[in-house]
Amino acid sequence: MKPPPFRYHDPQTLGEIVGLLGTLENAKLLAGGQSLMPMLNMRFVLPDHVIDLNRVEGLSYIRESGGALEIGAMTRQRDLEFSDLVASRCPLMHEAIQQIGHRQTRNRGTMGGSLCHLDPSAELVSVAAALDATVTVTGRAGERRIEFAEFPRAYMTPAIEADEVVTSLRLPLWPKGHGWAFVEFARRHGDFAIVSAAALIEEDENGKIRRASLTLGGIGPAPVRVREVEQALVGQTAAAELFGTACEACRKLDAMADVQAPASYRQHLAAVLSRRALEAAHARVQGRG
Amino acid sequence: MGETRKIIVTVNGTRHEAEVEVRYLLADFLRHQLGLTGTHLGCEHGVCGACTILFDGRSARSCLMLAVQANGHEILTVEGIAPGPDKMHPLQEAFRDNHGLQCGFCTPGMLTTLIEFLRDNPDPTEQEVRVAISGNLCRCTGYQGIVAAALDAAKRLQAAKRG
Repeated sequence: MKPPPFRYHDPQTLGEIVGLLGTLENAKLLAGGQSLMPMLNMRFVLPDHVIDLNRVEGLSYIRESGGALEIGAMTRQRDLEFSDLVASRCPLMHEAIQQIGHRQTRNRGTMGGSLCHLDPSAELVSVAAALDATVTVTGRAGERRIEFAEFPRAYMTPAIEADEVVTSLRLPLWPKGHGWAFVEFARRHGDFAIVSAAALIEEDENGKIRRASLTLGGIGPAPVRVREVEQALVGQTAAAELFGTACEACRKLDAMADVQAPASYRQHLAAVLSRRALEAAHARVQGRG
Repeated sequence: MGETRKIIVTVNGTRHEAEVEVRYLLADFLRHQLGLTGTHLGCEHGVCGACTILFDGRSARSCLMLAVQANGHEILTVEGIAPGPDKMHPLQEAFRDNHGLQCGFCTPGMLTTLIEFLRDNPDPTEQEVRVAISGNLCRCTGYQGIVAAALDAAKRLQAAKRG
């Protein structure tokens, strides 16, 4: 298999990327290439121009700033996987990363690439939804920020314009001692998840749930925050029945059907995986207060 | 022929200057332009792992990279693993001794993947080995011999390090 013919551009700076995006028609940005390259090989995409981001300086970093984690768009999934900062301050992402593809694909795959490809079951997309992340994009008009809830415009279509490039992601951190879990069901390790669930729980000194976040991936065209369950949990004490009962609401969510699984199976998985994720997150809550 | 670029790339310690079409895959460049056919192509869309090479020391699928992207970088293929023409790498010896291959198609990808893995994790558990090779498909061995070979290689490499 061979990619179709295209013109190749390898800018060195963010300004050059924006300049190219502003002048070229039908251009595709090449980040880690773990989704775009298979699509080129199979000729699912036929771009006239490929803009390779791999030689641009300054787009790869992980830092903590003002209670949030800031991650550059070209940060490799591998760098997130082995980051002590991510493991200690954003353990949900640490757990999710290990379920992305394989070692060889994580070595190349990037944060920004995952966000923009916007696969419905992509782990990093679910993590961004779970943490109410903000995406920063740069275009000819300058920089702008997009709340993650507004980021998916449609199936695999982010709300960024043709002349814009994602430069970073800001993830507000939960306080130390919170509980987290990322669980997914796939037919084989490393396959696309049929459904995934990301849970975060914060509890007060009496063991009552102060805040909860529940995100389902793979069920709809973009990750779904299950507000009904989140709200039902706040103020409750995590007793044996609590999570199972609350998660029954997930069976009523709209669900996709495809060759892997019918909608009813995804709804079933949504309820089961949500309960498991919340139970695991609760078990990890430490230092309530 | 479409747009071409001149690239300089170091493969298995040898510097190569070449003119490549910009849409040329790194795997095809290694196989057809440099004649290094040890890197195998199975699925050509990043699923089977047979084309795994080390790119600046990190395992990567060479069917998901363009040859132009290798400009200025270092690549190790299966041909560069052995220390010399008459001596195999301890990982290769462990594969031979543990029936780690039958037809040999997946072997280049298994070896390159495991070289990086055993460097990062010199004393792995069986489960860690299985996860490490989860992105490499083998249709002959049932993986049993490959896992045994990887664990055996870890022991050999540690013994060699102790001297």
